[in-house]
Amino acid sequence: MEIDDQIIFTDNSRLVIESLAQAGADVFIGYPITPANLLYSYASERFPIFLAAPDEITTLQWMTGFSSTSRIPVTATSFPGFALMIESINMAYMMELPMIIILVQRLGPSTGTATIGSQGDISILNGIISGGMAIPTFCVGDSIDCWEISAKAVETAVNLRTPVIILTSKEEMMTMADVDCTKLKKIEQIKRNYFESDDTYVPYKPESNLVPQFLPINNNKHQVRITSSTHNTKGIIQNSTHEALFNSKRLHNKMIKNQNAFCLFDYNEAKKSETLLISYGITSLAAKEAIESLREIGKHVSLLIVKTLFPIPKIIFECVINHKNVIVAEENLTGQYRQILFGANSSKNISGVNEFGRMITPNEIINEVLKYEQ
Amino acid sequence: MSNKYLLEEKLPFCKGCGHSLIAMGIDKSLQELNCSPFDVIIVTDIGCHGIVDKCFTTHTIHGLHGRSVALAAGISMSLENPNKKIIVFIGDGGATIGMQHILDAAHNNFNMTVIVHNNMLYGMTGGQQSEFTPLGFKTPTLKEGADHSGYDICEMASSAGANYVSRILTNMEMYKTFTEAITNNGFSLVEVLELCPSYGVKSNPGMKLINIANEAGIPIKLYYNKMREPFKLAVKNAPKPLINEKLFIQPKRNHKLTKPISILISGSAGEGVQTAAELFTQAAIKSGLHATKKSSYPVTVGIGFSSAEIILSPKNILFTGSSCPDFAIVTSNDGLDYSLAILKKAESGQLIIDSSLAIPETKMKILKNGFRSKFTNKFAALFSLAFFLESSEIFPKKVFVEVCSESKLAAKINLEELFELNSVKN
Ligand SMILES: Cc1ncc(C[n+]2csc(CCOP(=O)(O)OP(=O)(O)O)c2C)c(N)n1
Ligand code: SF4
Repeated sequence: MEIDDQIIFTDNSRLVIESLAQAGADVFIGYPITPANLLYSYASERFPIFLAAPDEITTLQWMTGFSSTSRIPVTATSFPGFALMIESINMAYMMELPMIIILVQRLGPSTGTATIGSQGDISILNGIISGGMAIPTFCVGDSIDCWEISAKAVETAVNLRTPVIILTSKEEMMTMADVDCTKLKKIEQIKRNYFESDDTYVPYKPESNLVPQFLPINNNKHQVRITSSTHNTKGIIQNSTHEALFNSKRLHNKMIKNQNAFCLFDYNEAKKSETLLISYGITSLAAKEAIESLREIGKHVSLLIVKTLFPIPKIIFECVINHKNVIVAEENLTGQYRQILFGANSSKNISGVNEFGRMITPNEIINEVLKYEQ
Repeated sequence: MSNKYLLEEKLPFCKGCGHSLIAMGIDKSLQELNCSPFDVIIVTDIGCHGIVDKCFTTHTIHGLHGRSVALAAGISMSLENPNKKIIVFIGDGGATIGMQHILDAAHNNFNMTVIVHNNMLYGMTGGQQSEFTPLGFKTPTLKEGADHSGYDICEMASSAGANYVSRILTNMEMYKTFTEAITNNGFSLVEVLELCPSYGVKSNPGMKLINIANEAGIPIKLYYNKMREPFKLAVKNAPKPLINEKLFIQPKRNHKLTKPISILISGSAGEGVQTAAELFTQAAIKSGLHATKKSSYPVTVGIGFSSAEIILSPKNILFTGSSCPDFAIVTSNDGLDYSLAILKKAESGQLIIDSSLAIPETKMKILKNGFRSKFTNKFAALFSLAFFLESSEIFPKKVFVEVCSESKLAAKINLEELFELNSVKN
């Protein structure tokens, strides 16, 4: 083992908050909920502005207000709070205002068990925007992810003018581990660009990347209209004019057009392997361990760890094509991401490793792989 | 009237709707105040009143049903600029679903002006009753009339702490009240009573607004015009990074592990389990090991069991779960209850247990010691880990002592004595 001077013993919540702050997020608004409370308490020390909101709807509304004045707000919650936020996330999405929402998954349904992790909120994220538009959704696995992806989330939120979700779970946010800080890359603070011309500002007129230029609602030079109802480029409510529908569709299209800028994954193709193992988040660590153990017994299997869950990365299907069998390992009852990728009617060459209420072990993944790779 | 803040197009409301008078009143008030349209931010709710934003030349932001006050609160807090006039248009419907935001904004005294367009029903959705519909008032879905009285938002906002509160009827003089409200540097609420010609008037023919107000016991009056300091946003100047040298552990390879092990320690809340486990893990890292630690305890953190799972490994740890620990350390009855099932399942490994406890069903090898009796209960966990280290020799005891003496524990107990006691194995 390399022995280094900069080892710290920490949970990943610390890394997420520090990374977000270094990347330029400056407001944290929260309502307490386990297992997101560590994020809340680190943020109370680290963010220049920290506010305790009276509930999660207020949290998102305050965040949107702050965002409209050009700040970059962050919150952290778990399903019960997230459910309350959904209408307001749609609002911020339609208004095209950047912000970060960290969803720390716990065991559902409902209030479920606050102190048990889960990967049970994937389906809901796939359909969170009414209309089916994609919202950038990152998923972290290890400490390096927490560090790099949090900063990436800020960049994505600002550059695409959108709320961004960081998906994680109790295990990633609360387990303490040794982290080598020399492996944490330097983070540059995001530079924001504003509309600078003397021409009339048209708030929802897209640039060539389909993202409109931004101006804060308190600027003294141009009128700013921000709207969450269906609207034209001027931000004026319209029922279903061509221009307004184009604008709503653009919200999805801008994500797809710029997808490569925030599509994160780790792909290790094993030569001649017929089996592809796909995983994400906490289960990806068990998957990595399974792959290492399999290698030791001479079984070489490809591994794809998905770190941007939505919009669905094209790379997944490019990897799938090269394999006969696909296994998706995720800690939920029904194989939510597997169903999103391959449909409810899984074929015999597509299977899942699933668990409810506890972590998936490397052995369970190994056993599934061995069904294909005898 | 020169329309400086309102565009010269027809307002989008039904003929005779009070919402038009309010929009014109705001326009006139802003003229009186003579501020730049870009110093005004109009925040509109969902409802008939909310579709007016396209007619204003100011900044406008149009959000969700009932949430406009919370949205405006975010803007107000962020700007903290008395020159920026934040004006919220909300209906009695929005005020019903979003009441908490109004009380919260009044309570915090956020600098903004909220105009409650109270036409006593939901205009946009077809005239259903709201919680502002007064006793006896009829609507298309409430033909017999409301069977209970409506909210008195002015009383509520006043007691929540609003700076300025007033209730008025729609008329041409409204702008004077608006000006007072807007110039108050804090939370202002004006409730404007109106009748919706399309639903309210039709359902209650001949009814007069003033009579409705009188019968409902909601006076037309100024409630408050005080000068309490508005909300002040606390901004930290250069907050300290969460990763700093103080956290750096300088590891020196000094351990005997060749493969990963997992340790479960369970005891009682208040007996230092988490602190001890954390210091122990830190000492392991200092000895060149990789380590993870998770904790489990009931939601009521101060009572019941408290348990920690530790993994130590000579190489990087990926999977942090463990079904069966290699070592289980149990220091109290709560801890024993918590770990019974795990111990029963265990096929091998070692159980280190306080001598006062009943020996559970397990295939683990058992080692007993008086962690509770030899030292105080409060440090039973620390004592047990020191004992475990002594017996297992995974890494040097002195590193654990070092880490403990650099911690807050050093001031609380005599560490030397604690670690010394351990040397006498039994
Ligand atoms: C969360 C939510 N629930 C319901 C609605 C439907 N809705 C639209 S406007 C409205 C009521 C509007 O009444 P009010 O606020 O009094 O305004 P008015 O139309 O009378 O001006 C309702 C219930 C909605 N937009 N959002
Ligand atoms: S329905 Fe009623 S509240 Fe709505 S615009 Fe018409 S008159 Fe006004």
